[in-house]
Order: sequence, then structure tokens, then C-alpha cells
Amino acid sequence: MSFSVTEPSNRQKWISGALVIGYAIITLLPLFWIVATGFKSSPDSIAYPPKVIFEPTVEGYVNLFTTQTRLSQDAISEPRKNLSWYEQLVREKGNTIVGPSRFSERFFNSVIIGFGSTFFAILLGTISAYAFSRFRIPLKDDLLFFILSTRMMPPIAVAIPIFLMFRHLGLNDTHAGMILLYTAVNLSLAVWLINGFIDEIPIEYEEAALIDGYTRFQAFYKVVLPQAATGIASTAIFCLIFAWNEYAFAVLLTSGTAQTAPPFIPTIIGVAGQDWPAVAAGATLFLLPVMIFTIILRKHLLRGITFGAVRK
Amino acid sequence: MSEETNTQSKQSPSGNRLSKVRGLSDRAIAWIFISPTILILLAINIFPLIWTVYLSFTNYRVNRPNKEVEFVGLRNYERILSDSDIWITMQATAHFLIWTIILQVVIGFTLAYLINKKFKGNDLWTTIIVLPMMLSPAVVGNFWTFLYQPQIGLFNYVVGFVSGADPSSFSMIGDVALAPWSIVIVDTWMWTPFVMLICLAGLRSIPDSIYEAAECDRASKWRQFWTITIPMVLPFLMLAVLFRGIENFKMFDLVVQLTGGGPGSITELTSINLKREAFEKWRTGYASAYAVILFVSIFGIASIYVKALNKVKSR
Repeated sequence: MSFSVTEPSNRQKWISGALVIGYAIITLLPLFWIVATGFKSSPDSIAYPPKVIFEPTVEGYVNLFTTQTRLSQDAISEPRKNLSWYEQLVREKGNTIVGPSRFSERFFNSVIIGFGSTFFAILLGTISAYAFSRFRIPLKDDLLFFILSTRMMPPIAVAIPIFLMFRHLGLNDTHAGMILLYTAVNLSLAVWLINGFIDEIPIEYEEAALIDGYTRFQAFYKVVLPQAATGIASTAIFCLIFAWNEYAFAVLLTSGTAQTAPPFIPTIIGVAGQDWPAVAAGATLFLLPVMIFTIILRKHLLRGITFGAVRK
Repeated sequence: MSEETNTQSKQSPSGNRLSKVRGLSDRAIAWIFISPTILILLAINIFPLIWTVYLSFTNYRVNRPNKEVEFVGLRNYERILSDSDIWITMQATAHFLIWTIILQVVIGFTLAYLINKKFKGNDLWTTIIVLPMMLSPAVVGNFWTFLYQPQIGLFNYVVGFVSGADPSSFSMIGDVALAPWSIVIVDTWMWTPFVMLICLAGLRSIPDSIYEAAECDRASKWRQFWTITIPMVLPFLMLAVLFRGIENFKMFDLVVQLTGGGPGSITELTSINLKREAFEKWRTGYASAYAVILFVSIFGIASIYVKALNKVKSR
């Protein structure tokens, strides 16, 4: 690199690098602690001083996936054979497994509702964004602003009528209801972001395709879609992360069948009160996919955050 | 849908260069593409909003569906605005809003400024700093209650280690004086990266040539910072403040899990208070009026702010 007055000196780079890395490490501590606590035994998790080095165990994960009950004194002394490793592990603590917990169910709900709502938001968002970008639409700016402004509403403020409406339609605590709701919430973001990505594609490409005899639809999915694919994909990740993390609507509108993981994880309790390793194990399984996604797709995601915000 | 067939026969008056193609007219395609989005947003956002406004003038209660609904005019609004508890809630929200914004702007801008020195590996470290804002606030907030435990909590331990205080001598969530700060700290941890990213976009939008020109004029670095960097980043910073402001005015998930509004109602922010009225006390009409007041304030403050922002931008 050639010398320029705006290029920071090496010393500046060192100092700023050290400060940023220092902050990053502090930021990471709580996340590291979640992952570590998930592999601790119960006594280790509440030890003083907090234990950084400990003997790892999957006890927390076993507790997370199972429902247990305390064994009576007689039952403990009674020898049992042919126990699987996790049954053995639970038995050593004086408990026995009575069945699976609801965690995997709730986790799976998060997956279905997250992917379902993302799919519809992206599908509808893409075609709307295309129309906004390429056609002359009356009151276009007002419509776009209206679409965006729906995001300003506090979820609790619209939750009352949505609750009433869903109850009336039999959508309370159903997957379909939650998918519909999250689709609506994500749709505004999807239209806004994808509209920006399509605006960046030169219109000449489509003109050329139309002259070659493509129909509008063909030009749309053979020319525009491939060009906007990365933008659409990063928008999809944002929608997915939103639906994955959403709590306010989930806690108000679901309680059983369609409950997602965020309202469920804080309610995890063990046989003897708050079981932090199990909570941490659940949190780890729930948060890790997002962390990995963020690191792998950092280039697109980071651009998407500022792009979406700065355009508004 | 009769409008669609009409426009089809009119043959696209758009004057678009692409208009004369086979199949549906552009106008028809545009409406087919846009109407599902508009319909869904009307059904899930606008219709409920109108319903909320309607309910706010009634004494309806969700848990008593058979009771006759009475129209009570503005009584709900009067009661809310004269209720001293609501003003306490507003104070809690203001404390939360002001401090999170101050801390996030200061730390976020500093980080962006440092990252913009382009040291080796800066994009990876940026990503690591961004991680908390991608995570579920409810799940993370719940885990922070563990970090905040007196004695066994990591936060208390670290604070005790650094300051020499006894880690079991204070409880971030249980103490009336500390609880408002406990939510400020977690929100700052989570959302500083957002402000940082926007500031970074602002810093990167400043062309090098401006600094080069300033250098030719022998402006000191200090002067360059105050006359070039700050004014050029200011519109971005103001945008970040707008988004954080709106988000934190609506704040629910993180704080509900962290303190649940307690101890007492020291950290009961407006959204939590509203949830209590609507879904625990089931005062639907009253809560609806509350929701309308909140929404109008957010919208009002945001539009005044956007006007100010546009002024700064056009300077």
C-alpha cells in the first residue's frame, strides 16, 4: 500500500487493535459462560469462586431432554442392571427418568415457525419489492413508508386485538397462526431490504431479456432473481433470526402445542429447583446456530444491518 | 378485483420503457405482486390497530366475554393520564432510554473509530462484538439473572475482583438502587454493536480526499476530528439513536426475563406495565387506551426527530 496521510500509523493500529480485542473478550465472557455452564455439574455451576476449570459432564444436557423424579431410599439401594449411560448418570444423583422433556418439541416448533414464516415473508417480500422497484406505482413512497412504519408498533400494543382475532379464528397457540404473525412482522423488513437490492441491479439486463423474447415472469426469475440472490439470502437470515428470537408474541399467544423455545427455556427447572446447567444447555443449543451463522455469513449480514438502517 | 381487469384493457399507461411485452400488463403484474403484502399487513397490523383504538373507548374485558360492552368515551384516557403509577413507569422507561442511548453512543462510536483504523483482523473481531445483538433477548436475559447472582454470579465475581468489594455484598437485580442499572448494563452489552456498525458505515462513507485536503491546509488531527469526522458521522449516529430509541421504548423481552419489572415496580417499563394491565388484570379497554397513548408518543417523537435529522443531513 502506498503512503498516504489518511493511512493510520502502525502504532495507532496496535493500540486500537488491542482496545477492540479487549472489548470483544469482555463481550464474549457471558456467552462463554453459557456454553461452559452447560457442561458443568450442578455443584460446579454454583461454586464460589466461579469455576473456570472443571470436569465436563453432559448432565445438564441429559436433564434438559428428560423429565425426572426423585427416587426413594429403597429404590436407590435396589440394584439395577442394563441401564443406559444416561439413565446411570441420572441414577447416580438419586433421580430416575420418567419421560422425555418438552424441550425438543419446543425447539422443533421454533424451527417450523421460523422457517415457515421466513419462507412466506421472502416469497411475498421479493415479488412486492420487485414490483416497487420496477413498476410505476401510485403513492409508491407512501406505501413503502406505511410498510416500514408497521415495525414501529410495540408488539404488546397490537397483541390484544391479535389475541382476540386469533381466538375468534381458532389460531391461538397454533403453528399456522404464529407463522402468519411472524410473516407479517418480517414482511416489512423483507420488502424494504430486497427493494434496495433490486434497485441496484441495472434495468438494462431485463430489457435485453425482454427483447430476446422472455416474458416478464421469465425475465424476473431468470435475470433478476439470480442477481439479487445474495441480497435475498441475507434478508432471509435476518427474518429467520427475528422469528427465532421473538418472545413477546410467543409468550402471549402460545402456551402449549405451538410454543417456541424462547418462552420455554427460562421455565426449565430441575428436580431440586433452578437447574442452571440444564438452562445453559438449552440456551447453548438455541443460541449456537445463530452464532455460527453470524460468523460464517458475516460479510453479508454486517452489510445488511447497516444497509437496512441507513436506507431508512 | 374489477380494477385489475380495467387496468389490463387500458394497456399500461405507465410509460415505462419495458411496457410493451406479452402476457399480463405491467400494471396487473404490479398489483398481483403487491396486493398480498398489503393485505397481510392490513390484516395483522392495521386492522388490530384500529380495533385497539375502538376498544380503548370501551370497558371491555377479555375475561368476561358475556358482559355487555359499554362505550365509555374518553374515561380510560383520563384515568391513565391522571394515574401516578403510570408516571413512575414512565420515569423508569426514561431512565432506561437515556442511559442506554448515552452509553451505546459513546462506546459504539469509540469502537467504530478504533475499528476504522483498519488493524489486521478487524472484521473478525467486529463480528465477535456483534454476536450478542443477534441472540434471543429473552434467553440471554434469563441467563444474565444467573450472572447477576450475589456470590456465585460471574458478574458479581468480576466486579468484586476488580473493585475489591465482596461479591456477595450486592445484588444487581434484588437491590432497588441497582436494578435500574442491571437492565442498562445488559442492554448496552447487547446493542452497542448496532450503534457501532452504523457509525462504522458513517466513518467509511467519508472520502479520504477530505482529510487529505485538510492535511494540506495544516489542520491538526484534533481539528480534523471535530470539523470533519464528527459532522460527517452525525447523521448516521442520529439514525442509530432513533432506532435504539424506538426499540427501547418498546422494550419487553429482555427486561421481563431479567427483572420482571422488579423489585417492586422499579424496572417496570411501559411495555411490561401494559402487559400486566392487558394480560394479567385483563382490563382490555383500559390497556387498549394505554397502547394507543404509547403508540402515538412513539410515532410523534419519532417524526419530530426525523425532521431534525433531515435538517442535519441537508446541512
